[in-house]
Amino acid sequence: MKNHLSRRSVIGRLSAAVAGVLAVPVAKAAKAVTQKVLVTTDAPKDYDPIKHKWVMAIDANRCIGCGFCAEACKKENHVPEGPYFRTWVERYIITKPKPGSGAARGETLVDCPNGGITGYPEAPVPKEEIQHSFFVPKLCNLCQHSPCVQVCPVGATFDAPDGAVLIDPKYCIGCGFCIQACPYGCRFLSPVTKTAEKCTLCYHRITRGLKPACVEVCPTQARIFGDLTNAKPEDPILQFYQNNLVTALKPHLGTEPRLFYAGIDKEVR
Amino acid sequence: MTNDMINIVVEVMPHFEGYVYPNEATQQPLWGVLIVLYPYITGLVAWAFIMASLVRVFNVKALEPVYRLSLLTAFAFLLCAPLPLLFHLGHPERCFEVMMTPHLTSPMAIFGFVYAWYLMAVLLLELWFDYRRDFVTWSESTPGFKGLLYRLFTVGVTDVSAPAVQLDHKIGHILSVVGIPSAFLLHGYVGFIFGSVKANPWWGNVLMPIIFIMSAMVSGIALCVFNYMVLTWIRRKTVDMKCLDVMGMYLFYALVVDTAIEALDWIHRIYSAEEGFRVIQYMAREKLFYTLSLGQVACGTLVPLILLGLLQLARRRVPELARRRMYFVGASLILMGVLAMRWNVVIGGQLFSKSLRGVMGYKMEFAGLEGWFMGAVLLCLPFVVLTVMVKLFLAEHDQK
Repeated sequence: MKNHLSRRSVIGRLSAAVAGVLAVPVAKAAKAVTQKVLVTTDAPKDYDPIKHKWVMAIDANRCIGCGFCAEACKKENHVPEGPYFRTWVERYIITKPKPGSGAARGETLVDCPNGGITGYPEAPVPKEEIQHSFFVPKLCNLCQHSPCVQVCPVGATFDAPDGAVLIDPKYCIGCGFCIQACPYGCRFLSPVTKTAEKCTLCYHRITRGLKPACVEVCPTQARIFGDLTNAKPEDPILQFYQNNLVTALKPHLGTEPRLFYAGIDKEVR
Repeated sequence: MTNDMINIVVEVMPHFEGYVYPNEATQQPLWGVLIVLYPYITGLVAWAFIMASLVRVFNVKALEPVYRLSLLTAFAFLLCAPLPLLFHLGHPERCFEVMMTPHLTSPMAIFGFVYAWYLMAVLLLELWFDYRRDFVTWSESTPGFKGLLYRLFTVGVTDVSAPAVQLDHKIGHILSVVGIPSAFLLHGYVGFIFGSVKANPWWGNVLMPIIFIMSAMVSGIALCVFNYMVLTWIRRKTVDMKCLDVMGMYLFYALVVDTAIEALDWIHRIYSAEEGFRVIQYMAREKLFYTLSLGQVACGTLVPLILLGLLQLARRRVPELARRRMYFVGASLILMGVLAMRWNVVIGGQLFSKSLRGVMGYKMEFAGLEGWFMGAVLLCLPFVVLTVMVKLFLAEHDQK
């Protein structure tokens, strides 16, 4: 019978399991160190990405569509003029159904002129025909399984250990594959640098203890930002998760966004 | 002020319907005509090579007159295949990073290796072993610069004894056998680049690599028919009708399989009618009417199917001249239809918003990197390279 366990095999298996468990943090640390040494980011030298887990959340109920966030982002990150945005605010108008149509709702109209920076034109339907109207700020969805990272042919875009999805501009070859792969339209090819660009959560700010520009200027706290590794119970980000039922965009794609929304409709995608 | 200006530009832009994400509201799609040409040329390579393998591996004697022409066609097109990719990069000077520090989860990163394998390990070697004896003979009989070139190509190996030549044949045969799965790999992977993009309902499709392989098969055989007929016409030779009939037969059956698979793709899309279906339906009906319904389906598939199908049914009753013309028209239409198919996939996939709420327009420019002119130049370039190769390596007496 080969079935009984010898001491040697038990010890062998146990030590293999322990080694496996120990190897995970070692590998993670090694990855972080390699990234720190080899990769160009805007973080200060003494910043340790392993000690943070940054995340953002959106409370759409609070958003008033002022567009300050999109404007602040453009200025803070020197985003090129024109149709290039790291964050933007969409306006949704859902009309009432036509009487007798048997439908629960009417049409869904979406617009976002100039990213919402310069305001919105008057609603295309009279006020009394509107069933719902709301604003939805959009930015990088901080996917756990980011398709953009998966497809980059040179690994110029990567998941930083602190939760940000970053691009090394000195390494990006400008093929545009990540832009095609992002389901949320959050990336663009900069006409200035000829490389892909996206929301970095204002990496140069958050690694120095500041909030991202969009969070800083939001007058209604519709954008909530926090560090899940170091959050105290009263931290706004934990309060947000505690107080809201949340959803993510395009969950069927399996990208597992870490950016959660509260107060959005099924029409948002 | 600047913001106002942009606002005007964004709002006035006439070519958007519905809602598109702000980053999608650019004048040109991210991947333009260069990326249309890239899978087209790669597909031609893969199946021109397989035409040559039919002679070598499957012993189809009738195709011998096009054996070397097919190999040279594959080589000329393979040399030009990465150019459109390279030109479209934002930083072409960093292109070697794809091979030096590849990110192995990326379908695009594998391209460098598959391409290098196919060019260096399969095609170049096979050509050399196939031509070695000729290089030796030609280097002795040809004077001047051309003779020097042939001498260079021998790489100093001048042994043309019977056992050496036999070894050449043996290695060539093995390379052909290895080359067949490599050709599938080369083009199947190109399909996977598009098929793996789950964010895009037009591309993200498990059938995409197979569709690419099949349409490449059709276009590659059609290119061999086209090149063979043009070359014999230029050289004022007579076409070997037996060879042409066999090529026509392969072309017809490949087209039947290709049509069946593409139809299956559409039936599946229509029946399952998933989230993005409405916008895809709109695209097919409105935006891509000319290139999809007319170019790809009617001219590129149905007409050649009828022409080549008729020839299969009633070959003996059709006089030679008419047969030649029908093959030529069929092959040319297929070449055009497959180009239209690549256009529909690459450009079509970028003409609707990933919000699935709107569509973009696209008017191709004449000048510029993504313009008509550049596209035409890159499409003609392999033919120019092929002409030089034919001059050097395909002596007239070789062609029956």
